[in-house]
Amino acid sequence: MTSSPPGVPRETTEASTETSPRRRSSLQGNSRRGDSIFRGASAGSGILLLVIMAAIAGFLIYRSSIAINKDTTSFLTTFEWDPDNIQKPSFGIAVLVFGTLVSAAIAMVIAVPVAIGIALFISHYAPRRIAQPFAYLVDLLAAVPSIIYGLWGALFLVPHLGGLNSWLDHYLGWTYIFKLSHPGAPARSLFTVGILLAIMVLPIITAVSREVFRQVPRMHEEAALALGATRWEMIRTAVLPFGRPGIISASMLGLGRALGETIAVATVLSASNVLSLHLLDAGGGTFAQNIALKFGEAGSVGKDALMASGLVLFVITLLVNGAARMIVARRKEYSGANS
Amino acid sequence: MAKRIDVSGLSAYYGGTKAIEDISMTIEPRSVTAFIGPSGCGKSTFLRTLNRMHEVIPGARVEGKVLLDDENLYGSTVDPVAVRRTVGMVFQRPNPFPTMSIYENVVAGLKLAGVKKKSVLDGVVESSLKGANLWNEVKDRLNKPGAGLSGGQQQRLCIARAIAVEPQVLLMDEPCSALDPISTLAIEDLIGELKERFTIVIVTHNMQQAARVSDRTAFFNLAGVGQPGKLIELDDTQRIFSNPSVQATEDYISGRFG
Repeated sequence: MTSSPPGVPRETTEASTETSPRRRSSLQGNSRRGDSIFRGASAGSGILLLVIMAAIAGFLIYRSSIAINKDTTSFLTTFEWDPDNIQKPSFGIAVLVFGTLVSAAIAMVIAVPVAIGIALFISHYAPRRIAQPFAYLVDLLAAVPSIIYGLWGALFLVPHLGGLNSWLDHYLGWTYIFKLSHPGAPARSLFTVGILLAIMVLPIITAVSREVFRQVPRMHEEAALALGATRWEMIRTAVLPFGRPGIISASMLGLGRALGETIAVATVLSASNVLSLHLLDAGGGTFAQNIALKFGEAGSVGKDALMASGLVLFVITLLVNGAARMIVARRKEYSGANS
Repeated sequence: MAKRIDVSGLSAYYGGTKAIEDISMTIEPRSVTAFIGPSGCGKSTFLRTLNRMHEVIPGARVEGKVLLDDENLYGSTVDPVAVRRTVGMVFQRPNPFPTMSIYENVVAGLKLAGVKKKSVLDGVVESSLKGANLWNEVKDRLNKPGAGLSGGQQQRLCIARAIAVEPQVLLMDEPCSALDPISTLAIEDLIGELKERFTIVIVTHNMQQAARVSDRTAFFNLAGVGQPGKLIELDDTQRIFSNPSVQATEDYISGRFG
C-alpha cells in the first residue's frame, strides 16, 4: 500500500512535495479514518468467515476420527446403523449416501427445468405488470419454513401421490427404478422426497436465474432478433448461453439445500436401512434426516458417528460445488464477461 | 438481390409518445443512403422501423407503410421474423454473441434459418468474412471467441454475420461511433464494396462520413424537445452538402446548430 508504482523512484515523489512545507501538510493530511475502519471491518468479516469454516471442518474431522477408529465394519459400504452397539459398533452410511444423492438428483431433474421456465417467464415473457408480483410470489415461496413443507409433504403429498406412483409403475415399471413393490402403501419414498425437495429448491433457483436472465445485455438480444430469431430462438441464442454460468450457480445453491434438507425429509420419509433402487418404495434415508432422527437417542459413540456422516455430507457438497465451478470456468472466455 | 424501399406516411410511437411523424421516402437499391440529424430526431427509430425492430420495445408501434419492392412490411399477414431475415441490421456497438466462436457468430443466422450442412456453412463463413474484409485476420482462429476480437474487428464480424444470410437490405445504426478512426475507415471501405450487392441505409452522426460513403442523404430534424422527428429533406449527397434546398439543412451541415 505504501510502495510506489514500479519505475517511479520514491525519492522523486517525496522531493517534489518538499518544496513547500506548508502545502505539504495541507495536501498530505491524515489517512482517512473512515476508510481504514471500513477496510478493517470488511477484512475482519472475511477472516471471520474463514475461521468459522475452519472451526466447523476441524470439529467435524476431530469428532469423526474418534468414531471411525471405533468402527468395526467398513464405514462407506455398510448398510447397518448401530454405532452404540458395544460388541460390534457399526455405522454404515451406504444407504445415506444413496438416499441423499438420489433424492437430491430427483429434485434437480424436476426443479432446474421448471425454475428456468419460471425465470424466463418472469424476465422475458410476462408483461411487467404481472412479472413483478409473480417474482415476489416466488421469492415468498423461499421464505416458507422447512417444517411447513415437511408437514405439507407428509399430510398432502404422500396421500395424493398414489395415482402418480401407480401410473409410473404401470408405464415405467419395466425400468426397475419405477417398480412399485407394495402398491397402495403410503408413498413415503425417496421419490416423494425428491418431489418435495424440488418444490423447496425451486424458488432459489428461479430467483437467481431470473436475475441472470435480466442482465443479458439488450444488444445481444437485439442481435439475435435482427438475424430473424423468434422469441424462443432469441432466448436460445442469446439468453440461455449468456445465463449458463448463472444457471449452474443457481442450481448449486438449490442442490446445497436439497442435499442438506433435514426436517422436511425426516417428516416425509419412512426411514430404513434398506438400499433399494425401487425409488417409489418407502424406505431409505438421507444424511441430514438420519442425524436429526438419531441424534436425540445417540450415545457418545453414536454422536461421533453422526458427526462422521455429517463430514461425508460436507465433503460431498464440496465436491459437487467444485465440479460446478470447473464447468463454469472451462468456458470462461465465452462467458460474455469480457465483452 | 437488393431491393427498393418505399416508405409512405410512416409514424412511430413509444407508448403514447410520437417519435417520428409522417415520413415518406424512397431508397434506391444498390445505393448507400445516409440519415443525419441531431440527437433525438428519430433517425435511429426510423431505421428500426425498416426491419420491424422498432416493435420489439414494449409499447412501441408503427403506423404507415414500408414497401420492400411491392410488399408492405407492415401487412397483416407479414411475419416480422421473416422481415428481419430479409432486412439485416448492424448496431451501434459491436454485439457479437459472447458465448459463440467467430465461426458460430457468422453462421448464427443460417442456423436459425435451419441450414445445418457443414460444407454450406463453411463456404458461407469464408465468403461472409471475406465480404466483411475480416477473413485474413481471423481465418486461423475461427474457433476462438468472437468477443476476443478488437472493437473494429467485432463490428466487421457483425457485418459478416448480417450478410451471411444474404439479406436484401442492410441497415447500419451508427456502425462506427464506437470505433477508432482506422477501424472506421475499414468499415467505410467495406460499405463501398457492399453497396454493389445490397441496399444500404446508414445512420451517422459524422457528417464527413455521410459525405464520404453515401449516395443519398436524408436530413431529419425535430421542432423541439418532445416533438416528433420529421424528415426535412432527402437528396443526392453532393447536393445536400453543397446546396441543400432547405435552410435548416444548411444550418445543421455548416454547424450553426445541432
